[in-house]
Amino acid sequence: MMGKVMKNRISRNIYFIPYVLWISLFVIAPILLILYYSFFDIEGNLSLINYQKFFTPVYLKMTLSSFWYAFLITGISLLVAYPTAYLLTKTKHKQLWLLLIIVPSWINLLLKAYAFIGIFGTYGVANGFLEAVGIGKQQILFTDFSFIFVSVYIFIPFMILPIFNALDEMNPTLLDAANDLGASRWMTFRRVIFPLTLDGVKTGCQVVFIPALSLFMLTRLIAGNRVITLGTAIEQHFLVTQDWGMGSTIAVFLIIIMFLIMFVTGNRKQGV
Amino acid sequence: MKRLLQMFLLISLVSALLLYAISRLNSAQGFTSSNTLTIYNWGDYIDTDLIERFEEETGIKVIYETFDSNEAMMTKIEQGGTTYDIAIPSEYMIDKMRQEDLLVPLDHSKLPNLKNIDERFIDLPFDPENKYSVPYFWGTVGIVYNSKMLGGKEITAWADLWDKDLKNEILLTDGAREVMGMGLNSLNYSLNDTDEEHLQEAKTKLDALTPNIKAIVGDESRMLLEAQEAAIGLVWSGVASEIMAENEDLEYVVPKEGSNLWFDNMVIPKTTKNVDAAHQFINFMLDPKVAAQNAEYVSYSTPNKEALKYMPEEVVKDERFYPSPELTKKLEVYENLGKKNLARYNELFLEFKMHRK
Repeated sequence: MMGKVMKNRISRNIYFIPYVLWISLFVIAPILLILYYSFFDIEGNLSLINYQKFFTPVYLKMTLSSFWYAFLITGISLLVAYPTAYLLTKTKHKQLWLLLIIVPSWINLLLKAYAFIGIFGTYGVANGFLEAVGIGKQQILFTDFSFIFVSVYIFIPFMILPIFNALDEMNPTLLDAANDLGASRWMTFRRVIFPLTLDGVKTGCQVVFIPALSLFMLTRLIAGNRVITLGTAIEQHFLVTQDWGMGSTIAVFLIIIMFLIMFVTGNRKQGV
Repeated sequence: MKRLLQMFLLISLVSALLLYAISRLNSAQGFTSSNTLTIYNWGDYIDTDLIERFEEETGIKVIYETFDSNEAMMTKIEQGGTTYDIAIPSEYMIDKMRQEDLLVPLDHSKLPNLKNIDERFIDLPFDPENKYSVPYFWGTVGIVYNSKMLGGKEITAWADLWDKDLKNEILLTDGAREVMGMGLNSLNYSLNDTDEEHLQEAKTKLDALTPNIKAIVGDESRMLLEAQEAAIGLVWSGVASEIMAENEDLEYVVPKEGSNLWFDNMVIPKTTKNVDAAHQFINFMLDPKVAAQNAEYVSYSTPNKEALKYMPEEVVKDERFYPSPELTKKLEVYENLGKKNLARYNELFLEFKMHRK
């Protein structure tokens, strides 16, 4: 008896090795390094100046605007993704339709961004259409609209997938029961469908909001640097200014914010 | 469990096979560590036919990588992960790399073609006696504009950009020194100015330009200006000359308040594993015919005076791209301002980018 338990414990510990190695090398070590660098000023002296700097209007404004854009991107993605996912579960070949939505996410982000430069340009398809319907040319590229549109386009598969899974796993007899007990369609949605898919919605929001906070390539290619996010600032500090300390400090705040978001939207057992 | 193990074995096997195939392919093409040369250059900054010719002539295999800013290049060389044998930084960066001991001194006896370089470009302050660097291309920073789109309007000075009629017409380049330099020059300050008051003044002046700015972009500006997405661009001379060849309405001007004069140079970074091959490559690029072919492809100005003989006269005589010594005297070369001042430039540039219309 004892031998078997011991053996079990040993083999379980062996399975732990890759996990622990991975986590310590690629998650914990980098975070510690970032934390370490954040305490050095640009001349390499130990100081808290970077943290002081983060609380100046420039970086606070940047943080707020990053949040605002990430919030818009997540909100719009959710508004589009929820009905889409719902519709998908009702179609005949749902796996095929789902695949069609996922396929664009296999294409490199930069290629998609370049394609949108062509589409949204002054002489692009979008303006051609606006002209044909009599609205006339508009500046689309390098505006808030184009930035949010392209970001939503890029993130939407990640929002649809978890919601689709949640909807798909839902027991259809629950809907029949709600119907039999006299619930209206709206009530069924509010009291049955939505609570049951809430986990999917939370996961979707997490996987969209967190990367959206630190988007950086699109801010230049699609927004022409008219939108500055924390990601842009980190990139600049590491590659151009070589102020690794400040770049790391911003990253530390991003990490804290992400943990907070995970904590707030995390699945706590009680409730629902 | 058994399925998992099989899967795991299969993946390992496939990886091993792929690794083997790659190493076989490399050695079949002659890539071995002793005769490869890794070049680290700006994007689209060499005629790739010349790389092939160099490989054929010398039997050395070339690996070619690109960067998009001096700072990004230096960061990578400092870290030393890749064995770069040749890099092509700009002058102020060479000064910095020299001070931080990141460069290998050149052996001039292995570079007989160095004599082809115009004396104007030899022994400059950032590298006395060319101990570490050999000029590659040179040029200016200026304004390219589409006179047709502007209804025949002419631009001659930085100040012209603040014109209220130019709403949403300007593309800036995403570089702190270029943009801050423009702000400083427009106020008749030096573009190497580090006086905090002057920098603030320049930043305020730039903020006022915001309504006229369409976007602040990188290498895409070339494509955007060619597609007439905007009428005006802040560009390096070579970008201008390249797109002007495609579109006759475009005009290039070095603003009269002054601007930046720059030199890009070939150096051998400390990461090199093949100093001999690096010298061979530098000497090859200094050959007049090679330099001429390269200059025609890249469309920047070559410092190689023998090469000018092999190039079309209308190019070489064009004062916009081959300004005379009298003209270049008015221009300034970027100085290495040190980390702290550079950080200040970047901070102000970041604040300027965040300034909304």
